Amino acid sequence: MIRRGLLLTLEIAVPVLLLAGYAVWAARAQSFYFPPLGTIQERFAQLWLFERVPDDLLPSLRRLGIGYVLCVLLGVGAGLLLGVSRVVQQAVQPLAEFLRALPAVALIPFGVLVFGFGDSMRIFIIVVGAVWPILLNTIDGVRGVDPGMLEMARAYQVGRWGRIRGIVVPAALPRVVAGMRTSLSIAIILMVVSEMVAGRDGVGYFVLESQRRFAISDMWTGIILLGIVGYLANFLFVQAERRLLRWHRESKGLAR
Amino acid sequence: MVEVAHPGRWPRRSFWLGLVGVLVVLVTLELVARFELLPARWFPPVTVVFGALIELLPTGDLWADVGRTLQGWALGLGLAAGLAVPLGLLIGSVEPAYRACRAVIEFLRPIPSVALIPAAVLLFGIGTGMKVFLVAFAAFWPILFQAVYGVQDVSPGVKETARAYGLGPLARFGRVVLPSTLAYVATGLRISSAIALILAVTAELVVGAAGLGRAIVTAQTAAQVPRMYALIAVTGILGWLLSTGFHAVEARLLHWHPAQRKEVLA
Amino acid sequence: MSSSPPAVLEVASLAKSYPVRGGRTEAVAGVSFDVAPGEFVCLVGPSGCGKTTLLRCLAGLLAPSAGEVRLAGAPVRRPPPQMGFVSQDYSNSMLPWLKVDKNVTFPLRHKGIGARRRAELAAEALRVVGLSEFARHYPWQLSGGMQQRVAIARALAYQPEILLMDEPFASVDAQTRGELEDLLLDVWATYGVTTVFVTHDIDESVYLADRVIVLSRRPSTVARQVTVGLPRPRDQISTKELPEFTRLRTEVMRTIAQVGGGGPASSEHRAPPGSSRVAASP
Repeated sequence: MIRRGLLLTLEIAVPVLLLAGYAVWAARAQSFYFPPLGTIQERFAQLWLFERVPDDLLPSLRRLGIGYVLCVLLGVGAGLLLGVSRVVQQAVQPLAEFLRALPAVALIPFGVLVFGFGDSMRIFIIVVGAVWPILLNTIDGVRGVDPGMLEMARAYQVGRWGRIRGIVVPAALPRVVAGMRTSLSIAIILMVVSEMVAGRDGVGYFVLESQRRFAISDMWTGIILLGIVGYLANFLFVQAERRLLRWHRESKGLAR
Repeated sequence: MVEVAHPGRWPRRSFWLGLVGVLVVLVTLELVARFELLPARWFPPVTVVFGALIELLPTGDLWADVGRTLQGWALGLGLAAGLAVPLGLLIGSVEPAYRACRAVIEFLRPIPSVALIPAAVLLFGIGTGMKVFLVAFAAFWPILFQAVYGVQDVSPGVKETARAYGLGPLARFGRVVLPSTLAYVATGLRISSAIALILAVTAELVVGAAGLGRAIVTAQTAAQVPRMYALIAVTGILGWLLSTGFHAVEARLLHWHPAQRKEVLA
Repeated sequence: MSSSPPAVLEVASLAKSYPVRGGRTEAVAGVSFDVAPGEFVCLVGPSGCGKTTLLRCLAGLLAPSAGEVRLAGAPVRRPPPQMGFVSQDYSNSMLPWLKVDKNVTFPLRHKGIGARRRAELAAEALRVVGLSEFARHYPWQLSGGMQQRVAIARALAYQPEILLMDEPFASVDAQTRGELEDLLLDVWATYGVTTVFVTHDIDESVYLADRVIVLSRRPSTVARQVTVGLPRPRDQISTKELPEFTRLRTEVMRTIAQVGGGGPASSEHRAPPGSSRVAASP
């Protein structure tokens, strides 16, 4: 009991002490780069509740959303098609591995060349960069489906489409979701970077622009906002995953 | 997954099939460019890009850029590992340490590393220091989490056995916890290596630190399109070599460990 | 020939071989037999004799290399609509993301049967196998024996004319196995469904069947057919006490020993034929 209380105190006290330490230090040091907490908090409220939300946050989220949805549709769709045939999968694998290993940001100049500076370039970059984990994991998941399940379905006259929908997709889902999670963090990175490179709006653009204007507090608010976006995206993802894959988690926990 | 040195028939067949796949795509791209199905000034033929690559190879510029990118990658990854492994071992084995750090970690981790680029520029300028900081920040997390999982995944049975044989706490840590955590750390290093390369190239691309990323932007703004593609290809090959290398090392060192296959995504 | 009822399942000179490194291996070589409507037939043979291969050919899951399978007069080239199938391993025929009732109705959904009718069929089938109160559980929350009952319920809900079972009780413990055997006999007696049951357990084959077909070792042929005239309904204790049961069991066992059973198991990782159960029986 005492131990638990001490641990809880520790868990709360350390961050509080760190924050307090920063506040005291920032107030004393008058550092240009590290403004006092109060200033950052004030600017955050002024900027993001909710004045600049439609100007910067919503465009960012729209790009992220469209790009990510395209990634999922393309990755899962192509992965299912490729996973069904061993020959096609083996022919495509090295290319897909190469494109996954290629740091997607290197394609931004290519995207700018072809699509200009608009949203289509940013969405293109998100798709080209973040689709690979989903694609490769879907292929992997499809190849890993238990042949016994497919045989059972075949014995009961379930057609090819029925087997894909009823068995292959749900059985591959845990792998697909793992790929989607990796993909989400890559998509967020690419959203921010593509806005920093010759952007006109978006949170990434805002952060870089604030730094160039030496509006240091504004810059920190943008960074914190991106942290919140990352946190919420991950949180929502985990909630959805829990719902979707309850059977998977629990069956693994119970088996053996 | 990359298939590493399996004996037998399948990998050989998959190798040839993969080669066919690559060739089909290259020939298609070549034909698309030759028949100008896509605008020629944006999509030069593959052979022209290949020519640009051949031209680049003997020049010192290319290798200097590759070296600078790799330097940022290596320093950042090394720094991240140097900090994350000890911290991970500590957090994983000492509960008060875990509790004390939890809130800070939960706060810092979701910040997309690239969001820190402007702050890094302010603090470190536009040189190697900035690049290393960004790479290290991004590469830190996967290694940290893998190290923590690794420590916590040592089975209680093994720990008890070690205790029963009279190993002291230090010996238990060194002989039991550390080796089995190594597998997880290797996986973390592989994940982080890919992220580190992304961050190194991003720093060059966005801020203009010297390296492959800047070279690609320079080629694009100077309308040297084949050169731009050649540099992108070099970046891709670099990424592919690093990932294949890490896979191979991991598979060879740790083939005995289930973590080799199970990837805990942080 | 004309006096016997027309066979529902006819197997004629069936052979199956597989390509292997440097040639082909023969699993089944010229097997012929008929199954009458409503009959319960067991296929027994030494481990690795190609029983499973044979059954998968009967089910239309594998194309035979030579010969033919005819179900109700029509050649079987793909899984026929009037067939239920229960495989050996319950763990991979249960879909872990579906609850028990949905596992039972899974084939029906793809047959285009309406939701209400599906629910009726599932409820009835689960009642028959005694799992009504587990309809809303996931299969992995049930024991192995219960999962195999779900597989039987799935076959029943499909309302098959013929039921093919591939060592369905091989991976459950001895007591559960006895219960499942009696459950199966009840179901068979109630629905009158023609059943072909593959097993390596001699006791099981004699206890269940009207006729035991003994297969030789690989490549398998029909070594002998033994008609089982034991009275029904059968009972785990009193039936197995009958001298006739012992005689039949010995006959099947002797045939298997003659055709060379007990060799190293090549494809199945199971106990040799006539394992401890036979020895332990009174």
